[in-house]
Amino acid sequence: MSLLDRVRALLGSDALLESAGPDGVPRVAPDSPDAVALLLGTAREEGWRVRIEGAGTWMPSDAPCDLALTTRRLDHVPAIEPQDLSATAEAGIGFDLLRHQLADRGVWLAIDPPGLGGRSVGSVIATATAGPLRQGFGPVRDHLLGVTFVTGDGRIVQSGGRVMKNVAGYDLTKLEAGGFGAFGVIVLVHLRLRALPRVDQTLVLEGSRDDLTQVADDIAAAGLTPAALELVSPALARRERWVLAVRVAGSAALVAGDEAGLRAATGGRLTPLRSEEAHLFWTRAAEGIAARPVAFRIGGLPDSSDELLDLLQHQVGDEWIAASPGVGALRWAGETTVDRLRRLRRTLAGLEVPLTLERAPWPVRSAVGHFGAYREGVGPLVAGLRRTFDPGEAFVVAVEGSE
Amino acid sequence: MTATPPPLARGLADLVGESHVRTAAAERATYARDGLPIHRRVPGVVVLPGTRDELIAVVRLLAAHGVPFVPRGAGTGLSGGALADERAVLVVLTRLARILRIDPVNRVAVVEPGVVNARLSTAAAPHGLRYAPDPSSQTACTLGGNVAENSGGPHCLKYGVTANHVLALEVVLATGAVVELGSPGGEPWGPDLVGLFVGSEGNFGIATRITVRLQPVPPAVLTLLADFGSVRTAGEAVSAVIASGIVPAALEMMDQSCIRAVEDSVYAAGYPRDAAAVLLVELDGSSEGAVREDAGSVEQLLRAHGARSVRSAADPRERERLWQGRKKAFGALGRLDRDLLVQDAVVPRSTLPDVLETIGRIAATYQLVVSNVFHAGDGNLHPNISFDARVPGLRARVEAASGEIMRACIAAGGTITGEHGIGLDKLGYMPLIFDPDSLAAMRALRRVFDPEERVNPGKVIPVHACREWVGAGTRNAERGTRNESSRLRSDFRVPTSALET
Repeated sequence: MSLLDRVRALLGSDALLESAGPDGVPRVAPDSPDAVALLLGTAREEGWRVRIEGAGTWMPSDAPCDLALTTRRLDHVPAIEPQDLSATAEAGIGFDLLRHQLADRGVWLAIDPPGLGGRSVGSVIATATAGPLRQGFGPVRDHLLGVTFVTGDGRIVQSGGRVMKNVAGYDLTKLEAGGFGAFGVIVLVHLRLRALPRVDQTLVLEGSRDDLTQVADDIAAAGLTPAALELVSPALARRERWVLAVRVAGSAALVAGDEAGLRAATGGRLTPLRSEEAHLFWTRAAEGIAARPVAFRIGGLPDSSDELLDLLQHQVGDEWIAASPGVGALRWAGETTVDRLRRLRRTLAGLEVPLTLERAPWPVRSAVGHFGAYREGVGPLVAGLRRTFDPGEAFVVAVEGSE
Repeated sequence: MTATPPPLARGLADLVGESHVRTAAAERATYARDGLPIHRRVPGVVVLPGTRDELIAVVRLLAAHGVPFVPRGAGTGLSGGALADERAVLVVLTRLARILRIDPVNRVAVVEPGVVNARLSTAAAPHGLRYAPDPSSQTACTLGGNVAENSGGPHCLKYGVTANHVLALEVVLATGAVVELGSPGGEPWGPDLVGLFVGSEGNFGIATRITVRLQPVPPAVLTLLADFGSVRTAGEAVSAVIASGIVPAALEMMDQSCIRAVEDSVYAAGYPRDAAAVLLVELDGSSEGAVREDAGSVEQLLRAHGARSVRSAADPRERERLWQGRKKAFGALGRLDRDLLVQDAVVPRSTLPDVLETIGRIAATYQLVVSNVFHAGDGNLHPNISFDARVPGLRARVEAASGEIMRACIAAGGTITGEHGIGLDKLGYMPLIFDPDSLAAMRALRRVFDPEERVNPGKVIPVHACREWVGAGTRNAERGTRNESSRLRSDFRVPTSALET
């Protein structure tokens, strides 16, 4: 029986999408966690290699495989609980779609990932691609109350729950957030929400990178903790010069207090954007990252941001960059080579700064790997995790490079 | 008589000095309990390394002998998680108490695991910084213990739990291998191994160095005390505040039983004794005006939802007094009876009024005194049962009531622990919230870090409830037996019930 016949027999014809992947690989869209488990259990038995896809707008659909498993039919939102500030969503729902459904209920998921609005929630979580709001609300993992995922051999595993605090058992949620799908296919997530901020204000300042870095330092030194404090390169901001964008959100009183603090810290140099201008600014910056073939993030200490920007400028250019100097996070996008990425990762490792490759064409990511240059003892643990959660090596994920 | 071989004790003494190894029965007995005294286990040997290198050497010696061991900080845990039996060595980390570095520019601190939680905030205060997670035991509990348990505290409502504040760890695994997890900036080297380690209850190894994030001390703080005529209205007020979009720094509740216990103690805080419940609400921010305005909105919400009165702390001294009453409430509850079962569960916040009423009914049914003091803003309940274990049959009644409370919380969509951990105490409840595959996945994860399951054995995962896991570390999990190749030389017993202690 051919792979296609086997899949039809397992999941029905509806699960086999008419549009195969760009490489002609069959694309299978299970409509339930059980169906995902059935498919992966069979993949383990048959030795099929499986590529995991969401909406197909972030990671290129180019990893060599026997079939592509897309989560696009896992697109339900079983629960939105405004009173509890939590929601449960299937992993294949588009991020923007979820955001609108939440807003209709007066709640908000404080993650603003790079990429197009149609990106699936599962993609954002699996790649842990936080955006500027990481400054005020933390990395992606901080917004997860629990996940359900399916291992490479077809087991459904639940972790966490849907309550605000939970220390029952080991936190496998942390393995899946940022695991790039190497340790399971995320099928369902429980999310921590916030009430929609009454006021959401973005203020900007254009200038030289050095000047804006100093202003960002002044804001941090004043003890202010805005929702976002982002230094955006001219190309990404679509401006003539670098832009420092500050976002404050919350109750009217809180925002007024923060704005007063910002005025004091910057000498009133920041200019507020109108609501639609702010929306456009942040959307463009997010989408701009996805317009380039390669994107990576690095995370250093806040006081190393300037040095890291210099390093990037020197080694790979600084045309498409967004930096959160308050938390030392930095995202780069553009075109570059395998050798340059490897060299940069080695250099950064010497500074105790990890480089995580977020997206790239398969030849680049298979050579460089999402992760690499591990610290002492980390490699064997990662290998052990892979053996444990994908014992048949079904998932085609470039965890480490080929170097 | 200790079951661990005398040569091992001698070897440990060679590493850390004779005076830091306890082998006498009376000495070992002092480590037989933690903060939840209903469990008791006497360790075979107690060792107190004084430096990182000594700690690593101790772990390597134990690995060479194939001996199980249990890490322990100050012993303030509330799940029996830091108890070792006679076949295991208790590794006490309180001598590793150095704050290695405070970096005020990057707001980062590096500490040893035995540093007491509150001491770090005191040390960071001159820089206008603090370490945000503040368990009620913060004047005694250690940061290593906080990492193991993923500890919370009242102010975690706004600032998050321990996992949100740990950036990097140096860890010694059971094999003696030293591993560096995470980076000073918080970005992981690969998967989020720091996130996995925090909250693993000592099952993955011992953190030898901990890098944490510090936060600015908020310039403006305001504390409100609201009292209510019924627990239900207090619970409804909590939901209203949370749904309003204002995020208090802390939102705590105490019921009448707890209020009276505090007011009868040296920690009397001026809580109204006739109130069915009080809420302690703290707001903070960057400006006094903004905080006052938000506090005004919260006060209106509280009154609209049944608060009989709302007052704000007039000065820092009164604020401290209000908080001392809350943080010492567990101690004050010790006055009610000879024994105290401290419970920990979490429910969706909107279910608080119903769940609190259910707990009241369970208490009445079992004729027990249940006092509630808890993190209402997170839905993190602490129903505490006061009793005298010497009364025949009473302990069984307490355990039955406790189980019923847990099941009520699960039925409401909640979970069995929000911050105290599973330890020994809640092993029996794990199958109520996780299926056999999920439990097996957790056990398989643990074996990635500790293939022989030698660190803190018999905690967290009820082995008998795990389905077989075919991957790294295949085993006969359903029968709870180990493969011969992984059998430990120290034949410790794995309990199969939360109550089998």
